[in-house]
Amino acid sequence: MAKPIEEWTDEERQLVEWLADMNEDDALPLANRMLLEDKVSPMHVLDLCRAAMDIVGKRFEEGEYFLPELVLAGEMLDTIGAVAKPLIKAAGGGAAQTHGKVLIGTVHGDLHDIGKNIVTFMLDINGFEVKDIGVDVPVQTFIEEIKSFQPTVVGLSGFLTLAFDSMKETIAAFDAAGIRPGFKVMIGGGQIDETVRAYTGADAFGVNAVEAVGLCRNWMGVAA
Amino acid sequence: MSHGNDVTMLGAHAQTAQAKAAYDARYERILACARLEQPDRMPVAMQSFFWPATHGGITYQELMYDYEKAKKVCFDVVAEFEPDGVYPMLMGTNMGRSLELLEFKQLQWPGHGVGPMQPFQYLDREYMKAEEYDDFLFDPTGFYLHTYLPRVAGAFEGFDKLPDFPGLHYFRLVNGIRPFALPEVRASFEKIVAAAEETNRFFANHIDWVNQINAAGFPLINGGNSIAPYDFIADYFRGATGMMKDLFRHKEKLKQVLDKAAVFIARMTIANARAANHPIVFIPIHWAPDAFMSPKQFEEFWWPSFRRLMLTLIEADLIPMPLWEADCTKRLEIIKDIPPGKCIYWFERTDMVKAFEVLGDRVALRGNLSPSLLTTGQPHEVDAAVKRLVDEVWRKGGKLILDGAFGIPDETPTPNVRAMFDAARKYAG
Repeated sequence: MAKPIEEWTDEERQLVEWLADMNEDDALPLANRMLLEDKVSPMHVLDLCRAAMDIVGKRFEEGEYFLPELVLAGEMLDTIGAVAKPLIKAAGGGAAQTHGKVLIGTVHGDLHDIGKNIVTFMLDINGFEVKDIGVDVPVQTFIEEIKSFQPTVVGLSGFLTLAFDSMKETIAAFDAAGIRPGFKVMIGGGQIDETVRAYTGADAFGVNAVEAVGLCRNWMGVAA
Repeated sequence: MSHGNDVTMLGAHAQTAQAKAAYDARYERILACARLEQPDRMPVAMQSFFWPATHGGITYQELMYDYEKAKKVCFDVVAEFEPDGVYPMLMGTNMGRSLELLEFKQLQWPGHGVGPMQPFQYLDREYMKAEEYDDFLFDPTGFYLHTYLPRVAGAFEGFDKLPDFPGLHYFRLVNGIRPFALPEVRASFEKIVAAAEETNRFFANHIDWVNQINAAGFPLINGGNSIAPYDFIADYFRGATGMMKDLFRHKEKLKQVLDKAAVFIARMTIANARAANHPIVFIPIHWAPDAFMSPKQFEEFWWPSFRRLMLTLIEADLIPMPLWEADCTKRLEIIKDIPPGKCIYWFERTDMVKAFEVLGDRVALRGNLSPSLLTTGQPHEVDAAVKRLVDEVWRKGGKLILDGAFGIPDETPTPNVRAMFDAARKYAG
């Protein structure tokens, strides 16, 4: 059970604030000290990181933060996670609960990954379990991954105009394999709009990571 | 060389007086727009990468490797659709052989990493580490020779053994040149000479194509191209995510590098534009979109060095033609800060009507039929989209050069391109 916000110490509040304000130089040493010297529970430190990422996500949705902040936030989270996660494993801690599963990948023929990575990060900090299967993903790989991961939402990413046809083929293959009723398909990337959504047969499209989070929340019945 | 009164030879190609007049009229249409003057009709531009292959029935790989086939399909699209300005198409695609010989590492292209019918794709990586900013700042040429070029092209790999050139003086010069005799340095020079010879063949073919289209009455819409300093560092040195982290971790050094880059990018651009004998400079813009950074970051990191570059080009009598990729609506008020009648702003996803409202008295506009419409839509829908731009921008006084949002997408069906050119004539002279 997470420690309620009103019971946080000044130091804990400070960590959340520094992370949310992109103050990497102060936040990382503080997190390290809490984990390694003060022996604060690593699960709790990760909870504090999640609280900070909630603020980052909100500031992004409100148009105060942009991609550079998401990238730096992700990097800070990874750095702290690299210290905290072995400690959790050593203590035999369990995985956190999530809203549901999202499988994401860039369709075949397209090697672009920046947009996909940002969407993955935003879904992750918003409480979804995301499996990212990379770029230039063959149709058959998508189908195999869906069968084993059992996602509620499948995200297809693509930056090039050739991705229109790759997405259409991929979605048609989901239909042909008889697996389509099990999940929703969202598409996104540089040129994606309603015309492309209709062309590919996707359930929805998003123009940015906030819209991707919104779509997943709606489909999984999660309150914003 | 003149043959009689009415034929001029452009290389191997004869230009008739009639074709010369058509060439002049088309060229003037584009330049009139840039000066914010009214041309006789709305010009239509043609830019594409692999679409001439789609249209001409050859593979993308052939467009990259086969000089004659590439020249033919790129001439045929110009002759068939009669654009007012043409992108130097071969320069954007036909260098497969040179890339092979350079052992170029930043790209995967058809026949080399991706399939014969897939476009080339840039590999976003960290080609300069954050700790190398100081090396770059102190001596960009040394950094290029010893570190950057060997990293991005295998042919240059021996260059990491070259001496430090500052320091080669007096007797040190004699002793200091020994690395030139190393087998790996010799091998690099041999590979580079072979690549340069191939590039000469590629370039001669490009020049022959330019002469061919000019002789037929069609001008290029730009000669050289350029790049925004921020995009130069983000795309080709630090990589997308490295650059975004630098906005927090290395902001002062980043600004110094951008200032320095703006100077040598301007020098290179002016020299290339003069060699191409064409005032318009195409500048694809990657990192300006609304979604990528905050207005404050844009004004602090992106815009100042680019504005300075544009002003330097304008000062040299060139016409910057940035292609503002994605949606830059929130940037319009900022990028308006340039002298009137000196630039062509090409917009991809920015609403052209909004761009006209903000920038109509400042710059000519280019674009912007949507790629999804061009590739998956019907000709009547393309016609309607052109009519909207004509009604909302051209007829209201906007100096619009019609084009796709980033030219004609690779997969575009020919009837949609036909519809674009026909609609321009039908609605705007």
